[in-house]
Amino acid sequence: MSAITTSFPNTAEWRLPYRGKVAMACLIVAESAIFTIFVVAYLFYLGKSPSGPTPREVLETPIFYTICLLSSSLTIHLAAKCQARGIGFAFLGFWLLTIALGGLFLYGTAREWHRLIYEHGLTISTNLFGTTYYSLVGLHAFHVTAGLTMLATVAVFGLSGRREMIRSDYIEVLSMYWHFVDAVWVVVFTVVYVLGR
Amino acid sequence: MTLRTKSSLCCPWRIALLIFWSANALWALAPDPSSAHGTNIFNPTSTPAKSIADLSLFVLVITGIIFFVVFVLLLYSVIKFRARKTDDGREPAQVYGSTQIELAWTITPILIVVVLFLATARVIHAIQDAPEPAGAVDVIAIGHQYWWEFRYPKLGIVTANELHVPVSNPDHPTPTFLQLLSADTDHSFWVPELAGKTDLIPNHPNRLWIDPQRTGIFLGQCAQYCGVQHAKMLLRVSVDGPEDFANWVRVQQGPGVEDASAAAGRRVFEDNACMNCHRVDRTSADGHFGPDLTHLMSRATIAAGAAENTHDNLRLWIQNPSAIKPGSLMPAMKLSDADLDAVVSYMETLN
Amino acid sequence: MASDAITVPVGQVQARPWVDELHQWVTTVDHKRLGMLYILSALLFLVVGGVEALIIRIQLMHAHNNFVSPEVFNRMFTMHGTTMIFFVAMPILFGFANYLVPLMIGARDMAFPRLNAFSFWLSFLGGLLLYFSFVGGSGLYGAGNAPDVGWWSYAPLGARAFSPGHSSDYWTLSLLVSGFGSIGTAINIIATILSLRCPGMKLSRMPLLVWLNLVMSGMVLLAITPLSAAQIMLLIDRYLGGHFFDTQAGGSATLWMHFFWIFGHPEVYILIIPCFAFMSEIIPVFSRKPIFGYPVMVAATVCIAFVSMSVWAHHMFTIGMNSYANSFFTLTTMAVGVPTGIKIFNWIGTMWGGRIQFKTAMLFSIAFLFQFLIAGLTGIMMACSPFDWQLSLSYFVVAHFHYVIVGGILFAIFGAFYYWYPKMTGRMLSERLGKWHFWLFLIGFHMTFDVMHIPGILGMPRRIYTYEPGRGWDTLNLIISIGAFIQAIAILVFVLNLIISYFNGKRAGNDPWDAWTLEWSTSSPPPAYNFAAVPTVMSRRPLWDLKHPEDPDSRYE
Repeated sequence: MSAITTSFPNTAEWRLPYRGKVAMACLIVAESAIFTIFVVAYLFYLGKSPSGPTPREVLETPIFYTICLLSSSLTIHLAAKCQARGIGFAFLGFWLLTIALGGLFLYGTAREWHRLIYEHGLTISTNLFGTTYYSLVGLHAFHVTAGLTMLATVAVFGLSGRREMIRSDYIEVLSMYWHFVDAVWVVVFTVVYVLGR
Repeated sequence: MTLRTKSSLCCPWRIALLIFWSANALWALAPDPSSAHGTNIFNPTSTPAKSIADLSLFVLVITGIIFFVVFVLLLYSVIKFRARKTDDGREPAQVYGSTQIELAWTITPILIVVVLFLATARVIHAIQDAPEPAGAVDVIAIGHQYWWEFRYPKLGIVTANELHVPVSNPDHPTPTFLQLLSADTDHSFWVPELAGKTDLIPNHPNRLWIDPQRTGIFLGQCAQYCGVQHAKMLLRVSVDGPEDFANWVRVQQGPGVEDASAAAGRRVFEDNACMNCHRVDRTSADGHFGPDLTHLMSRATIAAGAAENTHDNLRLWIQNPSAIKPGSLMPAMKLSDADLDAVVSYMETLN
Repeated sequence: MASDAITVPVGQVQARPWVDELHQWVTTVDHKRLGMLYILSALLFLVVGGVEALIIRIQLMHAHNNFVSPEVFNRMFTMHGTTMIFFVAMPILFGFANYLVPLMIGARDMAFPRLNAFSFWLSFLGGLLLYFSFVGGSGLYGAGNAPDVGWWSYAPLGARAFSPGHSSDYWTLSLLVSGFGSIGTAINIIATILSLRCPGMKLSRMPLLVWLNLVMSGMVLLAITPLSAAQIMLLIDRYLGGHFFDTQAGGSATLWMHFFWIFGHPEVYILIIPCFAFMSEIIPVFSRKPIFGYPVMVAATVCIAFVSMSVWAHHMFTIGMNSYANSFFTLTTMAVGVPTGIKIFNWIGTMWGGRIQFKTAMLFSIAFLFQFLIAGLTGIMMACSPFDWQLSLSYFVVAHFHYVIVGGILFAIFGAFYYWYPKMTGRMLSERLGKWHFWLFLIGFHMTFDVMHIPGILGMPRRIYTYEPGRGWDTLNLIISIGAFIQAIAILVFVLNLIISYFNGKRAGNDPWDAWTLEWSTSSPPPAYNFAAVPTVMSRRPLWDLKHPEDPDSRYE
């Protein structure tokens, strides 16, 4: 089938957004909606537990681990810039640092949950606070884990020397996701540890 | 590219359908005098239902006009602009749009929406925010799977399934205000000729009021799917004249009847698990899971309207509730025939 | 089929063994094949859901009927609703979108072909999972039963206490799984439309079908996810002892309702918007005029998408919200009728001054306009919340939404079948059988759903397995049930048409309707790569420009 009409004057200038970034943006929109529902449930049930531990009694603000997670946004940004400039060694270094900081955050969450369960007896079935707290923070931790898995996959390619598999497009898409996960944590942190108490 | 002409074949069908539809609507909406108190939302007897019916007619007129106008336009375009054999393959004028027309048919609907909204908001506030006057009767309605519990806190009455309310004189209104609660799942109180429906939701008290202006029996049923026997959670509202209502209250307030001839049946009742769920005044039965049976025989039906309150039905119900209402939460008591007869005799003394 | 190169005459290609052909289909990532898989699986579930409807209608033919027990009836209406919305309507619309969007924008496939396949198989698995409940959902009442909590599974009815066994879990999991499939497809459609348009196809030159599928996909991202979230919460309640909707522990039943309807209302717009898309393609072609007011149609659709996110509590007018909330949702619900009405006027405006050809696809479209108008007006009636306090939860609202879903959505889908079947298979559907299908279905539809408004007005609530005699509902229900059977016969005629025409239908050629969008420039069916050379377009109707070089659209846009 020949061209429909006379040729478009500047076909070379027909640039459309990269499909990976569009898809990741859509995924972020969808995930934001899921998180919004869990945040709404958390806020709605604040102060409504008829019994059991309250946020003020048991929550300790995880400042250090939050700093870890938010710094990992910085390191992944630096990693992406290095990769774009072709500085493979620095890219890998920042990338692994991002994974380490993310892993540290997860460790912090695990520590906090251990304390809450064994010292204060707060579980998901204790009361409304327990249910909404573990669901919201757990959902976020799940997304961090998923992100770490993807980052680790890239790290494996990088460490095994298969640098050509790591394209800037993919790195940009993954760092969009990672920034999203951090942004969600800012919201969750504010709602749970600041507003909630 | 062939063009096919079509005579106005669609036209007679459309008109026939329209006539069929309107005739049905009109026939159905006219109140049937033989069933004076049916469940027709356009046969209201109480202020909330009346306000709704009046507003509804207004809405129907407006939507009817809109329908008529658009339908005529559609019909006209289908008939006038059909392809004809004489077109010989020419395309009609390619019109892409018209800003003026678009504006016209944007602004007009917006105005209609504003009018409808204002009319509606007035009625919403009138019904929902109506203050409770001093002479009102207070009822607490608690929905259960699959029966209704009615308590009159100020009168000290507890009954089930059949609601008695006084008729309300428009000059000196004595409405009934119901607080709606639920013991298990969601239900909905719907007696169409008295008011719109309001749900009974656990942990979420609601309020409903009625001021029926005619005496009689008004029917309804649960409207929010609540489980297996949702269909048989019927409502029976008896609007009584002032004397009848006072009589009823006196009977319900009265102590449980103690009839020595039914002592055997009463013992069966108390020895079996009946008392775990039911309450009968002046006995040791004080259960709250099932209906209060103290004045059982003052009710016209049993099992929330599923059966008439007759000897045979009562016997069948106690022997095997699933025969009348499969899935109801009352278990079959598996009594011997003698025990069963004794208990039924006892039940029949509970006036 | 689609894998034959267009230049090789049919008959000279050696037929492959059927096992190979099956393997091709199961492992395909081609958007056209996946589109057809979506459509075929939806047709299968349509028949199953239809049988469930017939069982309901037989039981309701007269008062105190005993055709099925209350338990079975309750499962039937739950499964009927769930099946029709999630496993018929959504897949069939995704199927058409999958097939048509890449072709209409001059692309070779969707942006993510493997995600496309994954999403389809997730959806299909969800459907199978739901029906597995008939054998797998054990409970107190015996081995094996399907969910019976209604397709909304209102709290606390869906909780462990009131729904023991696993029947509710099958409902929850199957929708969760297919929901993820829907999100995947939506992401795919958006990425395809934004990133793979052929040169010259600016957003303002896309066919309306593409625009509307873009809007629909955006809504899917924001509407399906609240349901997924609510279902995760329900699973936490049922399995981990959570209290999200546990009213005994201070939880809220109304919170579930809000979450469900924040999904549920946009969902019905997600279903109708692709049908608007079909109408916007079919009506212009059979009126021989371009769509009237293209920019307004786009703006109205975007407007509908936004406003529809703010109307959800009109499904909850009876739950006891305060008068301000009720007034707000009354206003927004009435407001969403304005852009919707504008679209109806624009379609009539398209037909106005045209040369209307009454092919079967157009007959279904005209019926759509008539029925969608009525459905919209009964919607306005229920937008008025006091009126809704009577009409909600009754057969009036059942009649209303079936008017939208059957009278609107299904009629539009039938139109789409008659219009695009030639492109997909290379054969025309029989016009004669099509007319039989149309008239039979029209009569059955109106017999059932016009009459169904009346029992609602007469106080008949929904979801009841039987009713009392003497309420005036008996004869009406009988008529409704007869109409249902007539519709069933019409569906059989339709299925017959699909099958017979596949083997015996007239060969379609590239462009049997003399249409104007890019899919009609390919062969029927198109080759696997869609276009030999990626086209370049200069207007909204590239084929019109080609056929009328003296008067191209590009001069007027």
